[in-house]
Order: sequence, then structure tokens, then C-alpha cells
Amino acid sequence: MSDLPNHHALLLIALAPFVAALFAPWVNRFAKGISGWILATVPAAIFLVLTTFIGDIAEGQTKSFAISWVDGRYFHFPINLSFFVDGLSLLFALLISGIGTFIVTYSGGYLNGHRHQGRFFSFILMFMGSMLGLVLADNIITLFVFWELTSITSFLLIGFNHNKEASRRAAIQALVVTGGGGLLLLFGLLMIFAVSGHSELSTLLTDQNVLRDSPFYLMILLLVLGGAFTKSAQVPFHFWLPNAMEAPTPVSAYLHSATMVKAGVYLLARMSPVLNGTDQWNLILPIFGGITLMTGAIMALRQTDMKQMLAYTTLGSLGMLVMLLGLSEKVAILAAMLFLVAHSFYKGGLFMVVGAIDHESGTRDLTEVSGLRYKLPFTFIGAALAAISMAGFPVSLGYFAKEEIYLLFGPENIWSMVLVLVALVGNGLMMAAGLAIAIKPFFGEKLETPKSPHEAPLSMIWGPIILGVLGFAAGFYISDVGEIFFAPAATAVYAKLVETHLKLHFDPLLLGLSVGTWIVGGLAFYKLDAIRSFLRRVANVWRWGPDQGFDQFMFGLIRFADAVTRFFHHGRLEFYLILVFVCLAGALFAPLVMQDALPNLPAFPNLRFYEWAILAIAVIGLIAVILAKTRLVAIVSLGIQGFAVAIIFLLFGAPDLGFTQLMVETLSVVILALVMTRLHLDQRDSRVLEEAVRDGAIAIVCGFGFVALLLAVLSVELDTSLSEFFIETSVPIAHGRNIVNVILVDYRALDTLGEISVVMTAGIAILALIGIRVGGIKRGIGAAKKRAPKPRTPKKTIARSKGARA
Amino acid sequence: MEIALSFLIGLFFTVAIYLLLSRSLIRMLLGIAIIGNGVNLLIFTIGRVTREVPPIVPSGEYAPLETIANPLPQALILTAIVIGFSLFAFLLVLTYRAYQELDADNTDTMRVAEPEDSPRPPLSY
Amino acid sequence: MNTVIFRTVAPYLAALMVLFSVFVLLRGHNEPGGGFIGGLIAASAIAIYGIAAGVDEVRKALVFHPIAVAGLGVFLAAIAGFMSLFVEAPFLKGLWLFLELSDGSELALSTPMLFDIGVYLVVVGAISSIALALEEDEETR
Repeated sequence: MSDLPNHHALLLIALAPFVAALFAPWVNRFAKGISGWILATVPAAIFLVLTTFIGDIAEGQTKSFAISWVDGRYFHFPINLSFFVDGLSLLFALLISGIGTFIVTYSGGYLNGHRHQGRFFSFILMFMGSMLGLVLADNIITLFVFWELTSITSFLLIGFNHNKEASRRAAIQALVVTGGGGLLLLFGLLMIFAVSGHSELSTLLTDQNVLRDSPFYLMILLLVLGGAFTKSAQVPFHFWLPNAMEAPTPVSAYLHSATMVKAGVYLLARMSPVLNGTDQWNLILPIFGGITLMTGAIMALRQTDMKQMLAYTTLGSLGMLVMLLGLSEKVAILAAMLFLVAHSFYKGGLFMVVGAIDHESGTRDLTEVSGLRYKLPFTFIGAALAAISMAGFPVSLGYFAKEEIYLLFGPENIWSMVLVLVALVGNGLMMAAGLAIAIKPFFGEKLETPKSPHEAPLSMIWGPIILGVLGFAAGFYISDVGEIFFAPAATAVYAKLVETHLKLHFDPLLLGLSVGTWIVGGLAFYKLDAIRSFLRRVANVWRWGPDQGFDQFMFGLIRFADAVTRFFHHGRLEFYLILVFVCLAGALFAPLVMQDALPNLPAFPNLRFYEWAILAIAVIGLIAVILAKTRLVAIVSLGIQGFAVAIIFLLFGAPDLGFTQLMVETLSVVILALVMTRLHLDQRDSRVLEEAVRDGAIAIVCGFGFVALLLAVLSVELDTSLSEFFIETSVPIAHGRNIVNVILVDYRALDTLGEISVVMTAGIAILALIGIRVGGIKRGIGAAKKRAPKPRTPKKTIARSKGARA
Repeated sequence: MEIALSFLIGLFFTVAIYLLLSRSLIRMLLGIAIIGNGVNLLIFTIGRVTREVPPIVPSGEYAPLETIANPLPQALILTAIVIGFSLFAFLLVLTYRAYQELDADNTDTMRVAEPEDSPRPPLSY
Repeated sequence: MNTVIFRTVAPYLAALMVLFSVFVLLRGHNEPGGGFIGGLIAASAIAIYGIAAGVDEVRKALVFHPIAVAGLGVFLAAIAGFMSLFVEAPFLKGLWLFLELSDGSELALSTPMLFDIGVYLVVVGAISSIALALEEDEETR
């Protein structure tokens, strides 16, 4: 790693969006309408920097950058901020920054004049940075951190309209689902490190069989899949994605079609070299992917909300990608890469088109808009280009993606034949949805819409048009594009050199499958209304789904948390304390009993008479405190035991302690006297006899626990090495003869510094407490003098009205 | 000596815990003061006890001439005494202020922070 | 409690106690004493003076608010710690300067001494401000 030059550009690429996010609100405040164009220069610049890597990456090089944070030499687990670029990362990074450029300008138009547009720019740029960091990450902890950041920024973006409950719910749902998956991923990544010893992806990927040969392979696989499937919304974790359409449309276009949901796909592709090809991988991925594909494709046709339709087709496409990666074959991987890019182009474009229709006409319901082709001609062009690519007509990128998928069709392998047929039906149904969005709003009679429609601003339509054109340009120059972009990406996933040799050709079998797709799509489009009403009837019968399950889970969690809190935080201080002291008694006795270290009854101590006397005084003081019935007796008794302690210190070689204790006891008595004169001590303990016996029993058990602990401790040799060090070095190196003081102000001065800070804090807190009165703070020193004498009427209302027991 | 002190410390803790378990704030305060002394004596005793030889090096010497008391627990206790006093003063004033504002010196009637009929958390987003 | 004798004696007593507290503080490195106990003695002196002469009198005599004195103490203690920056030693390392006086005796200045003075000021400031605040509250009742 270290022998390669550091490419600081990588750090810049990942961090620049975060820096831009910091300034976005100010840019928005001053530049208003054109702030989108200004901020879009950031992703555009990133895109341009990335294009300079293309040549080297296509030749098979990688670029890397690392800052060491936690060094592996000192800590078992090396944690670095490290990035690397290979074909796969580059492809993703180009998509993120390129589409991001369009999205930022689009947001400028879509949310023009919105109160929180600046905040929105901030969020979306932060998301962009997280996503770039994720696809460029080398260290697995770096990967995880950016992975979680995408979840968090996605939460912020989905919940952008936070005054709508549906938005809040969708945001929390996305966070819980993807965050839970992130937790699984973290375990998976840590296990990968534990098994392989690699903390950097770039070295892990060269050590190909280290995970597959491990007995923990299945566990690692399931944990990684847990992360990927939640992020990429595979059934049964799919439900958060359609709900996330509550977000403003730029978010849906960017996060929920082009980038974030592809993070799971990226992870699977990234880990393919070390995880794929096993029976488990080849079984789990295609099954989940296939089910997701069919679910998404069918559910898409049920919707009339165009964003929902697109969300479900996105679901289907993600299923397709997972299915393809699950085949672990060269052709399938290349197909996945092609499909990924084609999908990002047309789905991002379609989302932006739908947003433009919604923005200009005021509705995005398929049945409410019609005949807009003259009103929104450029939007229509964008929609048409995207739909053609989605349907996979030649020579769009979508066509080549589809052809590559159908190349897997072969009679020698039943499994892939079945999957190709699933893909065919799925493609056809998704094509129907795409056609519906490209045709229904634009043709037919013009319907009344909430807003009088007119063409969307340039900032909103150049994205879909350029993406659409690019989709065709890429198809037109497919052999070059294939070698430059798709071959390196597929090579990174397949871990062996992949050559593309893509060109336009007509194989009868492939053509037949394509025609089949178009027939399925055309029929479904033709019968769309009938299919929709049928699907709705079915949906009416089957009401429960994971979406409802999520609510039940969350509310159950809240109820459970409430019950637990109520059980432990019942508000009765005496029971808190009883719990504490019962546990204390257990903690005192349990180790002694378990280690069979209960001390024997010691010999009767041999003391001098004045020592007995001082012990007796302490005992008398203690007992008098318990029995005290007036405050004077209590204060005096407390003083007696305190002075007895001071004398004990003095008698046994601790003059500093003795004097300090004496001073403290004096001051305690003074301030007790100052305060206690205004408080009444209950004449009798308020406890009834049973409570007193219970408390007494706990107290006595604890007391004996301390005696037993002390006797046990005293029976073993004391390690005095530290004390001896202090004794021996106090004069020679610390120039002080009072060893206690030397320890305090020199050896352990940092402790003392903390302790005097505590004393000072207590002083400030007490001043504040005395100064605060209900209904205002006494200002300034001596303000008490000016205050009118307070009538001594107890505020019964406060304590009683809040449900206090009378 | 340590053995006698051990039993004395046990008594300190017993009295302190018994006072802390009463619901009267004043008694609890007394318990706090006593438990502080108990802990200090505990540390003192664990560091072993010697009679009447403070941990001070005689003038002109580089090391003490005879066995001296263990200085380390003394240093720990010295700060503990002062901090314990600060805490005690703080709690005393807190009790006093609570008594003034709530007219309550019994923990059973002090339920402002954790009322008995606190509302259930909302089941929504 | 507030007798004529007490009120008459208290200022002198307090002055003596403060003087004694400084003595205890400065000898603390070699004999029993030190910042904590010295501070407590001085705080007691201020408390006694407050009870005898009234809090306003004490505040006038102190010039500064006692909690500011405590703040100065923490500040000095921290400064004592940062001194070691100049000799590239760890935070709070004790540094010593022995000055030969003209009469042949030796004066030792050190960061631990500065630190101990900081401790003294914190204890004096914090505890006397508590005591004075309570006494003040008492007077206004």
C-alpha cells in the first residue's frame, strides 16, 4: 500500500461535498434562484476529476489514499481513513457525481423559494459525500462509517417535510430498516476481519478463498446479505422504499433509484470476488432477487401514483441486479453492470420527469394528467428517451443490458433458463409501467389539473434529456464504452479479466426473447386498467404485510420500553435505594462465599485504653444520630462521630487527615446549624415497625458484609510497592518531606486538579441553588437584601397538585 | 487495631444505610455524612494502620528512619474529605431548597420529576 | 450566639486564623499542612467573621466574590500544570527553582507550590462562598 503514491484527490472527492454542505445554506441565501447551478459545480468538478482516472483504471491500475488513524501495530484492529479506486468504484463514483450534478440543479428548480431549500442542499450534498466515500472506501471501518452516513442522510432527506406524519414515518422506517441492516453488516465486516486478517478491501479482494474456506462463511454471508438486502430493499425488507417516496422528488430520483439503494448492490458486487460462487450464494441471491423482481414489477402496475409506480419498478430492478450477481457468471456480471448504469440513467430521468409533471401540473396521479405533450414538450422528450431505454429498444443502453441478460439463456442450464424467463416477464411488466408514464400524461385529451401546466425550467429538464441522450450515445458507441467502463467494472467484480466485445448484432434467439419482452410489456400496457383493478381486488383481500408489521413492531417496542421504564422508574426513592443496597449486600457477600474466603472470627483486639475510649465515642455518636429526636441532638451527634473519626486519624499517623477532618466537621456543624434551624426534623421516624425492621435488616447485612470484606482483605498481604515508591522518592526527586502533600500536589496532581474542579463546581451549584427562586433568579450579589421579605407560606400547591400522596 | 476498626466501619455503614433508607430527607443527609466517614475509614484501614508515625521524612534525611504510616490512602482520603464535604453541603442546600419550594421533606411526597400518573408515550411517528 | 464579646473578638480571631492558614499552607510541603487544610482554616475564619459582623461586612473586606477566588485557584493550578510546556515535560510535572538569598538561606519556588496555592484558593473560595450565601439567606429571612 505504502509503496503506491497517495492520491490526495480521493480524499478531496469524498470530503468536498461535506464542505460544500457546510456552505450550502449561505450560498442559497445569497444566490437564491441560481444557487442550484452554483452548488452543482461541486459534483461536476468531482465528476471531471474522476474522468481523469478513466484511462489508468481501464488499463487495470488502481489508485489509493490512506491516512492511518488507529495503527495496527498497537491495536489489533487497524482503522484507517483509506480509499481506493478500481473499475467498480469508478463506475459508481461517476454515476453518483454525474447524476448528482443534475439532481442539484433540479433541486434548485424543484424547491425554488422553499423556506428550507438551503437545508435541503446541505443534506443532499452530505448524502453525496457519504455515497462517494462508501464506494471509494478501502478500510472496512471507513466503508461502514460511510454506509451508516448514507442511512442517516437518507433519514434526513426522507423526513425533509417533517411536518407530515407520513414523512416522519417513512424516514424512521428507512432508518430502522437500513440501520438494522447496517448493524448486521458491521458484525459481518468484523467477522471478515477476524477470519481473514485483512482490514483493507483492496488486500482482502486479492486473498480470494480466505472466506470461502472458512467455517464461518455462511454466517459472514448472511450478515453481509443482511446489510445489502435491507439497503437495496429486497423482499421482505422492501417496504421502506415505496414509503420513502414521501421525500421530495429529487431525493427519490437520486437516492431511491440511482444511488443509495444501489449501495447494497455495490456491496454485493464488491464482495463478489471473496464471497460468490458458492452454493449458498448462488441459491440465496437469485431467489431473493427473483422474488423482489416479480414483486416490484407486479406491484408497480397496481399504482396510479407515478412516483409509486417508479418506486416499485426500482424495486424490481434491484431484484434483477441481485439475481444477476447471484449467478456468479461472467456474462451475468457484465449484464448487471450494464443494467445498473442503464437503469440509473432512465430511472433517474423518469423520476425527474414525474417530478416536473407534478411540479407544473400539481398532480402526479396517472389518471388525472393527460395531453401534456404540447404544454411540456421537453419534459415529454426526456420521458420518451427514458422509456425507450427502459423498454430496451435498440440502440439504447437498456437494449444491450437486456441482450446481455438474455445471453444467459441456454438449454444446458435449467436454473439460469428459469431466471431468464423471470427476468423476461419482469422486464416486460416494468416496461409497461415505463410506457404508462411516458405516454399517458402526454397523449390523449387534456384534463383539468390543479395547476395550469407549462414547461418546467431548464434546471429541471436538462437532466432527463441529457441522461436520455447519454443512454443512446452509450448504446451507439457501445464497444468503446464497454471497454472503457464496463470491462474494468466487471473485472473488479469477477476478479478475472473480463473483455466485453459488445456490438450491435442480431441473434435470432436473443431477438426472440426481446420480442417476447416487448409483447409482454405491450399487452400489460394495453390492459393496464384491467390489471390494476384486478391487483387492487387481490390487495384488498390480503391486508397484512411487512409495512403493517413494522408499525406493530415499533408500537410494541414503545409499549415495551414504557413498561420496562415504569417497572424500574416507579418513582419511589426508598425502593430504588433498597434495590441498590440489596445488590450491595449481594456484591459484598457473593465473591466471599463463592471463593470460600469468608474470614474466621478474629481474635479479640488488643488496644490501649484511650483507643477503646475513642471507638466508644464514635459508637455513641452513631447511635445517638439514629435516636436523635431533635435537630440539635442530631447535629451534635453527627459532630461527635466526626470528631471521633478525626481523633482516630490523629492517633494512627495521619495528622493531615485529622486536622482536615476536624475543620470539615466544624464547618459541617456550622452550615448544618445555619440550615437546620429552618428545617424540622421529624420527632419520630416515619417508618412503621415492619419497614424499620426491613431496613434495619438490610443495613445490618450490609454492615456485616463490610466487616467480612475488610477482614478478608486484611488477611492478605498488602502490595505496598506504590507507597514505597512515594516514600523513597518524595525527598530526592519531589523535594518535599510531607509525603501526603507531595502525592497530592505533585505525583497525583492531575487527580487533585480534577478534585478542586469538583469542589469549585459544587460551590457554583450551591450558589445557583440559593439564588434561584420560583418565578425568577435573584440577580447579582447582595440582591437578597433588596428582596421583600418572603412570606413564610409553604407552597403546598406545587407538591400536592402534581399527584403527590397526601 | 485493624480488626476493631473493621467492626467500627461495619457499624458506620449499618447506621448510614439505615438512615438512607428512611424517607426523611434530613435523616438521609445524616446518612450521607456518615457513609462518607465510613468509606474514608475503610480506605484508611485497608492501607493498614500504624500507631503515631506520620508519613513525614525527618528534616535533613532522604528517607524516613523508621516504618511510617502508609501515605497513599491518606492522600486519597484527604481529597475525599473535602469533596465529601462539598457534596454534603450541596445536598444540604438542595434539601433546604426543595423543602422551601415543595414544602416536602419526605421522598414519598416529592413526585414532581416522576409523577405517579405520567402520560403514556404516544403511539405515532 | 451574636454576643458583644463574640462580635468584638471575631475580626481579630479571623485575621489570626487567616494568617495561620497561610502558614499551614506554606509549610505543607514539609510538615503537616497544605492547601486543603489551610483553605479550610481560612474558610472557617471567613465564616466566623460573617456570623459576627454580617455578610455585607465580609464581602466588603474580601473585595472579590469568593467564587471568583475559587476560579482563580483552579486557574493557578492549571497554570502550574502548563508551566511544564516550556521545558517540554508532561503536564503538571513539578519544576523547581532554588534561589540563594543574601543571608545564605535558600528560597524554593516551585510549580507544586503554585499548585498548592491554587488548591488553597479553591477551598477558601468555594467553601466560604457557600457559608456566606447561607448566612446571607439567614439574615434576610
